[in-house]
Amino acid sequence: MSERGNIKKVSELLRGRQISCEELTKSYIDEIEKSNGELNAYVKITPESALETARAVDKKIADGEELSPLEGIPMTLKDNISTDGIETTCCSKILKGYVPVYDATVWDILKKQNAVLLGKTNMDEFAMGSSCETSCFGGAKNPHNIEHVAGGSSGGVASAVGGNIAVYGLGSDTGGSIRQPASFCGIVGLKPTYGAVSRYGLIAYASSFDQIGPITTSVEDAAIVFDAISEYDERDSTSRGKNGTPSATTLKNSIKGMRIGIAKEYIDGVRDDVREAVLGASKVYESLGAEIVYFDLPVLKYSLPVYYILACAEASSNLGRYDGIRYGYKAEHYDDVNDMIKKTRSEGFGDEVKRRILLGTYVLSSGYYDAYYKKAQNLRGTIVNAFKDAFTKCDVILAPTVPMTAFKNGNAISDPVETYLTDICTVPVNICGLPAVSVPCGFNANGMPIGMQLIGNTFAEATILNAAYQYETAVPEAFKSSDFGIKL
Amino acid sequence: MKYELVAGFETHVELSTKTKIFCGCTTQFGGEPNTHCCPICIGLPGTLPKLNRQVVRYAVMAGLATNCTIPETAKMDRKNYCYPDLPKAYQISQYDMPLCVGGYVQLSNGRRIRLTRIHIEEDAGKLIHRHGDTLVDYNRGGVPLIEIVSEPDIRSIEEAREYVEKLQLIMRYIGVSDCKMQEGSMRCDVNISVREVGSDKLGTRTEIKNMNSIAFIAKAMEYEFERQVDILENGGQVVQETLRYDDVTNTTSSMRGKEDANDYRYFRDPDLVTINVSREEVEELRGLLPELPTQKAERYVNELGLSETDAALLTKYRRIAEYYEAACEGTKNPKTAANFIISQIFRRLDTESDKEDFNIKVTADALNELIKLLDDGKIRMNLAKSTLDKMLDTGKRATELISESDMGGLDDAALLALCEQAIASNGNAVNDYKNGKEKAIKSLIGFVMKNSRGKADAAAAETKIKELIG
Repeated sequence: MSERGNIKKVSELLRGRQISCEELTKSYIDEIEKSNGELNAYVKITPESALETARAVDKKIADGEELSPLEGIPMTLKDNISTDGIETTCCSKILKGYVPVYDATVWDILKKQNAVLLGKTNMDEFAMGSSCETSCFGGAKNPHNIEHVAGGSSGGVASAVGGNIAVYGLGSDTGGSIRQPASFCGIVGLKPTYGAVSRYGLIAYASSFDQIGPITTSVEDAAIVFDAISEYDERDSTSRGKNGTPSATTLKNSIKGMRIGIAKEYIDGVRDDVREAVLGASKVYESLGAEIVYFDLPVLKYSLPVYYILACAEASSNLGRYDGIRYGYKAEHYDDVNDMIKKTRSEGFGDEVKRRILLGTYVLSSGYYDAYYKKAQNLRGTIVNAFKDAFTKCDVILAPTVPMTAFKNGNAISDPVETYLTDICTVPVNICGLPAVSVPCGFNANGMPIGMQLIGNTFAEATILNAAYQYETAVPEAFKSSDFGIKL
Repeated sequence: MKYELVAGFETHVELSTKTKIFCGCTTQFGGEPNTHCCPICIGLPGTLPKLNRQVVRYAVMAGLATNCTIPETAKMDRKNYCYPDLPKAYQISQYDMPLCVGGYVQLSNGRRIRLTRIHIEEDAGKLIHRHGDTLVDYNRGGVPLIEIVSEPDIRSIEEAREYVEKLQLIMRYIGVSDCKMQEGSMRCDVNISVREVGSDKLGTRTEIKNMNSIAFIAKAMEYEFERQVDILENGGQVVQETLRYDDVTNTTSSMRGKEDANDYRYFRDPDLVTINVSREEVEELRGLLPELPTQKAERYVNELGLSETDAALLTKYRRIAEYYEAACEGTKNPKTAANFIISQIFRRLDTESDKEDFNIKVTADALNELIKLLDDGKIRMNLAKSTLDKMLDTGKRATELISESDMGGLDDAALLALCEQAIASNGNAVNDYKNGKEKAIKSLIGFVMKNSRGKADAAAAETKIKELIG
């Protein structure tokens, strides 16, 4: 039976010498060339270096050497993760031509394990957006229906993994950018605890929210990748590294007695099909012996303004460096240095990025700082405490990932504020630095995937992945693959 | 109407850590443009700062040496502004939770100049204008600075001068900075206003930016004081503005108006964690502080009996003070070593930086040995002085330069013989002296000194010669 690939399966094929890594890599590259026109998942393909790595892996296999879990697995990176010698643009015109001279820590880790990087994937410009359509390369499409978006901002990774033209990928999640596209594309996306994975080399959107995590086709894959990349990094002062045992070792634990919390505010206001799917999943958990706990989480209503104020404030500062002087795009015609900077930024940034820079600059300005930034900062503390309190009542919070399924192409960018509202379920996790995994929990009437997220306390990745794995085992049909890509 | 000057200083001091504040690049001054740089200090996308703990330690030492309180926690903030020498478009600095608060610098007139705070921050790069192009050199970007902010407590140019010198002295002493104003490792922004004598209200102030010489600070303040007094006396109002001082014309001029005043949009840098300074570390750092120049100078006056002038000269540079103390060790009179250093050794050190470097061929131990020969009566002062000059020239020790036979004074018989010889061979001088020319005796003493190779006691020789001439 042909099935979509996952890390474990590909790994077994390689170790069992049923396929060479070079053949495997070639087939993925061929498939990318075939499907990417429709999916627009990749913005850069790196076949030469991929094949070179693949051959090195084949040699190791031939020599009978031990392989690490991610060795030889074809994968992709979101285009905001710095790769030495490979153009990294954040899908922004302003970074076109920028080639990093160093590797992000996560890529450094994976490269040492001979991960086969197929290319860099599409994203909303500077990770700002929910549909991947603010990308200067145009949006990535949903492999379940290319009339729909892949989601954002890590839309390219989700499209590639959901479309089976990468076994797994790394995305980044600032306000839902891993979980939302994973949900839209019917796959798994893990946003780790803030500090669990090094941010060094991740081109910043909002530094106190950004976190790198895996997008995979199975929960076990997410656990394997997370275990590999969660390492303390002295180059990132906010890094805290691993906590406790590897999450892949506890997936099969029984969840009997696990308290799964449902907050009314997460369920109210989401679309009926989504609500039904999530409540259906809670029934599955009950049948697995978990205890469902209901409570209120009224602070959730502050999440969106808090997120958009703080994230934009940080973004306005983080994006100040793109001035055309040292790297990337530079305006062609200008009068003097100030004019050059103005024109470079006016021409180089897209509308959504400009909108957020303006918003962030405004909320930090003298005279407005107290009313916006400071107030949001205080409320952030309130929300953190509310979640702390919630985790005295339950072990895991179950919630929808997005209040709806994937948007139709073009809908998200036509109404930005309406689109901001769709982040309501994902942003609280980033505000609090908590881990959350989005897993598929069914399809709507049009066959579009619905996702739910399992939210854990800080460093409780093992717990949420355990719960997710148990669901996946109980309801494998929710994880049904798209028709795209490689089947093994 | 009489006016008084009111001034406060913001002093930037480059810390002499080996590496930059947020990366491992060298802080060395100079170097080919953009060779002391890495992805972090040129702010490449995705890089993150990592705080160099030595910067915190030096800043705390600076705070302790200026009587500051060290809060247990501090944080780093972003100061956002756009300028090509600032590659991230923000400077990582400290806004409302600095490392050190509320100290003071004591002036010699008894007044205390209060310090509001001392905070740490990164320096920016440098723009180089050449042939109509502007180039950027980021070597200096990320070099650690402390900014020492004073209250408006300075009341005269003399006080300003002393304040800056004191800060310079203290920072050099505790070894946290070389404070070389000419290399920009110490720079001052001077906030200055005037008011009627007797008033306790502050006038509108102007700020003169980036002063890098004490002489210019004095001149600029003098000019600015008079300019503001003129305005007030003519019924005008001083405009709050930032000024630049032109040392060629000795005038100040406006750098930017109020309308484009910067809004720095300070906020906490999310890439850096809270800085904790434990009480144990504060005490450890306090323990590392050397005796400070003011304390040293006081001790030299009170315990060693030096004049205030000499004490000040010897304590101005830590190396000299340490040298002096070692040279003095176990000698009879602390003034002897002081005199040797101030008269003979300083003569060979032309500039302030020569004094600071204090590169001389005579070790403190060698000078100590020389003074002990003098103390023991083995040599006389004249011989000691000429020997010290030779030591400074050659780096040899006194015992290598003075032969055994030259050691020890002359006995009475030998002195008598030399005095007789002097009288016999200087008839003219003897006659002059007898005719009332008191000074003529000097040449007779000189004869004795010369022929005894400096071993004779000049005073004894004089007495003996007078006796003999009768």
